[in-house]
Amino acid sequence: MTTNNIIDIKNLNKSFQNAEGQDLSVLENVNLELREGEIVALLGKSGSGKSTLLRIIAGLIPPTTGEALYRNTPIDGPVKPVSMVFQSFALMPWLTVLQNVELGLEAQGVPRDERRKKAIDAIDMIGLDGFESAYPKELSGGMQQRVGFARALVVNPDLLLMDEPFSALDVLTADNLRGDLLDLWREKKIDTKGILFVTHNIEEAVIVADRVLIFSSNPGRIQAELNIDLPHPRDEESSPFRRYVDQIYTAMTTRPSETEKQRRQRKKRGVGMDYRLPEINVSELLGLIETMAEDDGKIDLPELAEEWHLDVDELFPLIETLELLEFAKAAHGDIELSDAGRALAKADIQERKEIFATCIKQHVPLIQHICRVIDERRGHKVSEERFLTRLEDHFTEKEAERVLATAIDWGRYAELFAYDYNTGMLSLEDPE
Amino acid sequence: MRKANFYQKSGATFAFNPWDLLALVIILGFFVLLAYGATQMSKPFDIGVQQTISLNPLNLPLYGLQSVLRMLIALSLALVFTLLIGTLAAKNKHAERIIVPAIDILQSVPVLGYLSITVSGFIALFPGSLWGPEMCCIFVLFTAQVWNMTLGFYQSLKIIPYDLIEASRMFNLNPWQRFWRIEVPFAMPNLLWNMMMSMSQSWVFLVFNEAIQVAKQNIKLPGIGSYIFVALQKADIHAIVYAIIAMFVIIFLYDQLMFRPLLKWAEKFKADKMPDEKPNRAWFTSLLQRAQLIRYFGNIISKLGDAFINIRFSQETYLEKHQPKVSWLNKTLTITFYTVIIAVLLIAAFLFVRFIFSTLSWANLWHVFLLTLASALRVVATILISSLVWVPVGVWIGRNNKLAKLAQPIVQFCAAFPANLIYPLAILLILKYHFSINIWSTALIIMGAQWYILFNVIAGTSTMPKEIYYAARNFDVKGWLWWKRVVIPGIFPYYVTGAITAAGGAWNLTIVAELLHWGSHTLSAFGIGAYITHYTNIGDFHRIALGIGMMCLFVLLFNWLVWRPLYNLAETRFRIN
Repeated sequence: MTTNNIIDIKNLNKSFQNAEGQDLSVLENVNLELREGEIVALLGKSGSGKSTLLRIIAGLIPPTTGEALYRNTPIDGPVKPVSMVFQSFALMPWLTVLQNVELGLEAQGVPRDERRKKAIDAIDMIGLDGFESAYPKELSGGMQQRVGFARALVVNPDLLLMDEPFSALDVLTADNLRGDLLDLWREKKIDTKGILFVTHNIEEAVIVADRVLIFSSNPGRIQAELNIDLPHPRDEESSPFRRYVDQIYTAMTTRPSETEKQRRQRKKRGVGMDYRLPEINVSELLGLIETMAEDDGKIDLPELAEEWHLDVDELFPLIETLELLEFAKAAHGDIELSDAGRALAKADIQERKEIFATCIKQHVPLIQHICRVIDERRGHKVSEERFLTRLEDHFTEKEAERVLATAIDWGRYAELFAYDYNTGMLSLEDPE
Repeated sequence: MRKANFYQKSGATFAFNPWDLLALVIILGFFVLLAYGATQMSKPFDIGVQQTISLNPLNLPLYGLQSVLRMLIALSLALVFTLLIGTLAAKNKHAERIIVPAIDILQSVPVLGYLSITVSGFIALFPGSLWGPEMCCIFVLFTAQVWNMTLGFYQSLKIIPYDLIEASRMFNLNPWQRFWRIEVPFAMPNLLWNMMMSMSQSWVFLVFNEAIQVAKQNIKLPGIGSYIFVALQKADIHAIVYAIIAMFVIIFLYDQLMFRPLLKWAEKFKADKMPDEKPNRAWFTSLLQRAQLIRYFGNIISKLGDAFINIRFSQETYLEKHQPKVSWLNKTLTITFYTVIIAVLLIAAFLFVRFIFSTLSWANLWHVFLLTLASALRVVATILISSLVWVPVGVWIGRNNKLAKLAQPIVQFCAAFPANLIYPLAILLILKYHFSINIWSTALIIMGAQWYILFNVIAGTSTMPKEIYYAARNFDVKGWLWWKRVVIPGIFPYYVTGAITAAGGAWNLTIVAELLHWGSHTLSAFGIGAYITHYTNIGDFHRIALGIGMMCLFVLLFNWLVWRPLYNLAETRFRIN
């Protein structure tokens, strides 16, 4: 069936293989379409596979099963009328601004003089004139990303993909560049028919997008979809805007189609060894708990995010950790400290360590496992390799290393075990 | 319309200015010299007929020119080899599994080994012409230069930031464009540095590459290496001094005219500038930039380069497709490929061993083992003594910014200067005072190898963050504690790099330093270098093979057991980011 859509994704699954050849699912049963004239935001925590999905649409990686269509043709590699803006800018440091912008035209075999002219026009349009002969390292981050935009737009893309395009910029610069892009789009100064972008900033999604797709993680699924029916330019302080933001927070802190009974059962069962420990360091967590305790132990999530400049990638892992260790409970866009959480906030340094130790031993199976293995061993010394191998049943090698590093960080803080960087040994006793 | 003209700024008109004249004289002069040198090289010769090398210093400029020409031809070949083989290794995992270990072994084979194995083949290829020995000489220089370049290039390609690759794919660059726009530029600073190192290290081998004394052949190619050889034979101390001066001038010129401008140019390839890194200065680059005419040519060259990178292989834009799953046919082919490779290796190893033992016994093997052990001791002593002397000096120099800036080019110059040119002076001392060559050959090795340690220590000390020194002073860390806790760990990665290079150089120097000639005197030390040189002159290929095999084995064992673990330790624990 042919459609007028730019992108159609049907029943798409993506999995990667770990070292032992087991499949680890990243995206599960994803369906989406991108219509003409639409800006769609993909929003989710890290590990939700949203960047993977963007790369599948870009033709950089193939899906495992399911269909990905660009204008009714299967995507079988990068296609010409689709271009991309990268989080890290991905500019060639040895090319000048002009040469960087020319890159895509060069690939299409546009003759030198015509290429120059088009590139200079694009540079003009994005507000970079005067910088043509500069090298990227001479420019600030915001200016570098402008080069990234000029490079993507100069080829007149039908579809523009953006992978967290503003997340490496400071707040003011991001705001400025976002506004300029929206102006170009609204005033039809570019021929682009659709924009699909990945973000972990909720407000950004509501400012820019016509539609927001919210991803849940492990494995990545589309959990909710939200149409933003607000005229541009959008006022971030207006109450309809805040309502959309609140809706997204609520959606992201509750699981879809889960009854209260199921939720309680899930809580009781707890997590298993395949649980992806969020990458949270202890001082961040303690800092948050202290802040919340000062606010009577209860706080509105959007407020928290704004006050501490936390985006989705920072805020939700923190909340997930608080809930996992039962220091707090989140519901309907609010979060409230539990008794354990309040006790932790009041405790002194040594007591904190004890409370933390009890909680992670109780709620994190990986920590339990490590403590048990070290205990059982003669000499109470175990190589980290052993745990890595165990974790690689569930994660890729890199992810296993990350999860173990977090567990070691927590365990060391709680003084449950010691770790020697040089030998990679986990042990009970402290170093001499 | 300021913008429309932006890209036409250069090359529209030109007015001749005085800088043009100077630049033109240098460049045209360079080409004329190259052409002249080349015609001198292709004269006919007969095996057995003595080529006369005159010790008249007036001949030195021409000899020097011919030697430089050989070096540059070898370097160009090494560059081509590097771009092809380094890329193949980085792109194809099957090729990678063979090429990387192969280069590892090939670079541990002493350079003289390549000479002794290939010389008769090259002479047979071009009977009655100097082309045979000429090509042999260039080939051996190539083997002295190529391995670290290829390995370095391969390693650069493996660490290209992934987002740059993704961007190039996203914008549909074809593999050819990607190679020249992304991969080569990314690898460029490292590649240039390795080329400089290669060029420096290969000067040492010029003496026996130009004056080929293999299997009783006696060929002398006109060049500075042959000049030195004849001066040694005739014990002519004046000629040696002339050669030293000529060498000095040559290294100075190619450094100023070639490598400094190239390094200056390569600065733009670095992703980001270090905060306190001073830009390279190159007067030749400034001269070229000031000359209008040159700018005009520069514009043409840039257009040609552009056309070269954007050669159209087809009218269509290149569109990459997802790779289909590996088929059984593919798998079968892969398995066959590896089976054949392993079989060939086994057969080669078998033939090698049989070849050696067809005439030689276990006693020979034991003897050669002891010889190699003696040389290994010299290499170890070289590293230890150089470290003890140069680490404190290097740290002292590196702590003083002005001194470091002054010393760095001088030390680099010393490293580039072939140590064996100084050997005759040392021989005179050894002969006069009846020193033991077994001990003093170590000193000769140190003369060549020490500089790598010194300049890496200087670089390490001066690039260490200033805050670390401030913190140490703040806590009153002094004396031995300062060395143990601050400086030595801080410079360790640099030191290890220097020591590895020094050790590689030292092994090759054993070949030159253990067997010395001065007129009718011959000084021979107990060591594998003297053994290989001696049997190369005689042409006993069984013993050459045994000697080279044993040395190769030792070098590899050193690399695996000492250097690689140290390098890994330096990278994981002591790297300051």
